[in-house]
Amino acid sequence: MLNVQGYLVLSAAIFVIGVMTVLLRRGAITILMGIELMLNATNLAFAAFSRQRGSAEGQIFVLFVVAIAAAEAAVGLAIVIALFRLRETTDVDDVNLMKW
Amino acid sequence: MEVLVFMVVATVAVVSAMVVLLHKNPVIGALFLVTNLVCIAVLYLLLDAQFLAAIQVIVYAGAIMVLILFVIMLLSLKREEGIHAGSAQRFFGALAATGFVALIVRGILPISWRVASVRSDFGTAEFIGRRLFSQYFYPFEMISLVLLVAMAGAVVLAKKKL
Amino acid sequence: MRIDLFSFLATLVKIAAVMGGLLSVPAAMNWVERRVSAWIQDRVGPNRVGPFGLFQPLADALKFFMKEDIVPGHVHKAVYILAPAAAVTAALTAFSVIPFGPTLTLFGREIALVIADVNVGVLLTLAATSMGVYGIVMAGWSSNNKFSLMGGLRSSAQLISYELAMGLAVISVLAMSDTLRLTLIVEQQGRLWNVFLNPIGALIFMIGSFAETNRAPFDLPEAESELVAGYHTEYSSMKFTMFFMAEYVNMATSAALFTTLFLGGWHLPIPGIEGHLSGNLLAVAGILSFCLKVAAYMFFFVWVRWTLPRFRYDQLMNLGWKVLIPLAFANIFLIGGLVALGVPGWGGQG
Repeated sequence: MLNVQGYLVLSAAIFVIGVMTVLLRRGAITILMGIELMLNATNLAFAAFSRQRGSAEGQIFVLFVVAIAAAEAAVGLAIVIALFRLRETTDVDDVNLMKW
Repeated sequence: MEVLVFMVVATVAVVSAMVVLLHKNPVIGALFLVTNLVCIAVLYLLLDAQFLAAIQVIVYAGAIMVLILFVIMLLSLKREEGIHAGSAQRFFGALAATGFVALIVRGILPISWRVASVRSDFGTAEFIGRRLFSQYFYPFEMISLVLLVAMAGAVVLAKKKL
Repeated sequence: MRIDLFSFLATLVKIAAVMGGLLSVPAAMNWVERRVSAWIQDRVGPNRVGPFGLFQPLADALKFFMKEDIVPGHVHKAVYILAPAAAVTAALTAFSVIPFGPTLTLFGREIALVIADVNVGVLLTLAATSMGVYGIVMAGWSSNNKFSLMGGLRSSAQLISYELAMGLAVISVLAMSDTLRLTLIVEQQGRLWNVFLNPIGALIFMIGSFAETNRAPFDLPEAESELVAGYHTEYSSMKFTMFFMAEYVNMATSAALFTTLFLGGWHLPIPGIEGHLSGNLLAVAGILSFCLKVAAYMFFFVWVRWTLPRFRYDQLMNLGWKVLIPLAFANIFLIGGLVALGVPGWGGQG
């Protein structure tokens, strides 16, 4: 029998780890990896509920989230490359020209 | 049997996510993120979502992570600083995170969900394909547009000279 | 899902047989490659160790075991040691869904001659070949060596580019077969093999498989004259052997996939003969036929390697993105159109 709670707790744990990665790490690419962790955690929750309800919506949504994550990773990495060319570093604390 | 597999895979997923958070070298972090994504794909298989599992491995673990690894290696990123926080901050940060998860768990555990019984072709490619091309056709076409725009945007952003 | 002892044991035996077969392919191919390349180049090849040099692979294996396994000091040890294992694992996993024969009947029970008859079988094979990129990337990066890194990055860029063309060629086959299950795709080719119905797709898949396995003319990432040895420069003895094995197992898997999708899988090459055989005789004949087709494709691999010159890297990328992908899309439209119009022969399951 499917234990939906198990999947949801796991999803929550991975999501929180992803949030911590985004908040605590300074490398731009590590932050992107944290975002991917968060997206995957929500995908897991969607898939778990899709199975619990027996409907396709959850799985279709996961498909769209994966496609959007691909698009976002591509554009995010292009931004990191452009930034690296300018500032020679991927440390997000150094990108502070707009700070007053 | 399924519970055992779930336990093992869930542990590996959480441990590899922790490595992504903690390890200083971005390449190692990326490789452990790949492990995490493959674990999630196995969990999709346990959830009767076979098509999703295959797509997860092909797209997420096989293409997006390769892209991230490429960029890390091309930019020759060295070991980073890791989590920039004093030991008191670390302790209370970990406590806050655990508290957050505990809060979510407390909200989830009392509810008992009735799991529906599903048809035999639940989660197959045909199952998703039928709905993708009839009910969810507009989002499907929008996604193709989004991917096109993202591709063009990535090329423009990463060019040396416009 | 009930798993009873008989099917469990049968699956174990199948896994052992397939792994044994696949892991002996590199040894056999060693001899084939050296002999055939010698004949193509008008020389003799190894003929001292045993009759016709047939024990040469044994001598080579002995050499590999005896050589000192050097782990250089400047490598990242964990990833360095993991990389060849990842390469071989991905190569072996892809074979788990390929049907190598019709049903065998033993002890009154029917055994399907495929390790895992998954209903998304084609996607699983594509997924396993996608994971093969990581062995190369990890090897190139962990060696801490500019040549290895460049070789690794070039190779993985090549792999993911041609993966797309291969996937699109596979989609054209799926349009005809209306199913993702490899056993059903093979069964549908009983009357006519897919290569005659979909020649462009077969050609694209063939070119893609050459690029996926880093075989000439697409072997710039391992080019001896350019990058020392590319991503496996810093590897010696057993670990190098594993990369070597991974390459040949990849070739065998690509050959098996091409056979399954386009050459009719285990169907016998002589039309009409299958009606006269039945039961276990058909099964054995099917397995032999499958092995024969895979062997022919492997010979083709060797033949092309020693005939065509190597592509330059930008020509390679050009071919993959600007030629093969539009051609594959056009092929999908063509085949899709033929199937949708219900032209007899392309009608799929209907």
